[in-house]
Amino acid sequence: MTNDQSVSGRGAFKKILIANRGAIAARIVRACRELGMPSVVVYTSVDAMAPYVANADEAYPLTGLRPNDSYLDQDQLMSIAELSKADAVHPGYGFLSENATFAQRVIDAGMHFIGPAPAWLDRMGDKVNARRLMAQQGMPTFAGSDLITDVDSAREAAQRIGFPLVVKPSGGGGGMGMQVVAHMGDLETALAQAQAVADAAFANGGLYLERWIEKPRHIEYQILADEHGNAMHLFERECSVQRRHQKLIEESPAPGIDTAVLREQAQRGADICAQLGYNNLGTMETLYSDGDSGFLEMNTRIQVEHGVTEEVTGIDLVQQQILLSAGGSLPEQPPSMKGHAIEVRVYAEDAQSLMPSTGLLRTFSVPELFGVRVETGYQQGQEVSPYYDALLAKIIATGNTREQAIGRAVVALQAFTIEGVRTNAALLLRVLKAPDFLQGNIDTGMVERLLRQGARIPAL
Amino acid sequence: MAKQDVESEVTGNVWKVLKNAGDSVAEGEVIMILESMKMEIPVEAPSDGTVASILVEPEDQVEEDQVVAVIET
Repeated sequence: MTNDQSVSGRGAFKKILIANRGAIAARIVRACRELGMPSVVVYTSVDAMAPYVANADEAYPLTGLRPNDSYLDQDQLMSIAELSKADAVHPGYGFLSENATFAQRVIDAGMHFIGPAPAWLDRMGDKVNARRLMAQQGMPTFAGSDLITDVDSAREAAQRIGFPLVVKPSGGGGGMGMQVVAHMGDLETALAQAQAVADAAFANGGLYLERWIEKPRHIEYQILADEHGNAMHLFERECSVQRRHQKLIEESPAPGIDTAVLREQAQRGADICAQLGYNNLGTMETLYSDGDSGFLEMNTRIQVEHGVTEEVTGIDLVQQQILLSAGGSLPEQPPSMKGHAIEVRVYAEDAQSLMPSTGLLRTFSVPELFGVRVETGYQQGQEVSPYYDALLAKIIATGNTREQAIGRAVVALQAFTIEGVRTNAALLLRVLKAPDFLQGNIDTGMVERLLRQGARIPAL
Repeated sequence: MAKQDVESEVTGNVWKVLKNAGDSVAEGEVIMILESMKMEIPVEAPSDGTVASILVEPEDQVEEDQVVAVIET
């Protein structure tokens, strides 16, 4: 039995346009080929040498370089979609993947948008709205406010929530504009600062307050839903190892949390999605602390870290996404979980200062090892430009146990030779070898603590 | 008065210039913000002094180690 048979009654697309770049573009090209569906990629001049450009069935150049002039340029993407006669668009992650306007344009042009319906991108894109909706449906949330309208109402809400609390932008993500407030006296200044960031960065400039959790763990649940009212979960991912609020290492299952608690949350997430008629893939992000858990947000796309779930369940999430968009149904048998998988993200950035690093990949030698899978959109001789994010490759190591998976990730990192840009490999190795990490004592502040310890070692 | 070069740590674009020639700056104060790989990279004054010149404008491309400003200390 192959995985694609787990979605039954599937249709097929004639041609899929991939509106993305890098590792996820490469991943989607592969899934299309496996399904026998032709793929179309787009690329900017600095990405022309990327391996997936040659591997796709068709490739079209984009005119600009910066994201706004290229991978975010809806007009260019729509005209290439029409020119290539694609009947579906896969947005990947980042860029336009959660943009309801783009999704609607794709649908209005008579094509399929591979992802949830545009209304879901809208509903979940507004964090206050998503929180309220999930709380109504019985998902636990930490104490928080509605949209803040003025300072007085903010003070009232803050009194109820208690301190410390965090001011968050409603339209945002990635930790941008978040302000932790320790006392009532600091609230007004924090609101003003958060508002400035929200106005500059997000279309929706609203703010809300939420209880601040010290040293939380980031636990998320993978949901799969078809267009016939069914939804299921594919367990959890532990994603607490982060830098600048961005994930660095993810794994499944989550170590050190009662399995019954994890399953109950995951099932609740799936039940809510079925109840509400959500469709396609989604991830429910939560914070977990001392047995307490609270809904954070829902991501309405494939995640960067989808590979760890694929490895422990044997289910190909990118194929599933495509087949569900083509009208496929979920399998009747619930999936099971086997072994342990861990992903480390290799970034083109300095392992100590975290400064991004650009240049020509003089050497890019991807390890081929038992239990190790590498997802990348780069190859040797290619330029790493300052225009896009710094992700070079994802190493996904799998084992029968967590220890075995970690050991394989360590060996793979040591075997991965990259010359021409600095990488964070040394930082990843430090985390993988840290006693706290090995014991499963993980929280979202652990990378910052490791970096502070490292800063005391004088540079040679 | 000694002149001191302020260099970019990264290859990227100038996003915002926060100081002008003639402004006094304290060590660690942000002179400009660069953008590279979707990250905002602040360029800080290496010591107390006065900005002698700003050598780049918003949108300019900068290379790693390029001198982007000069301060007098």
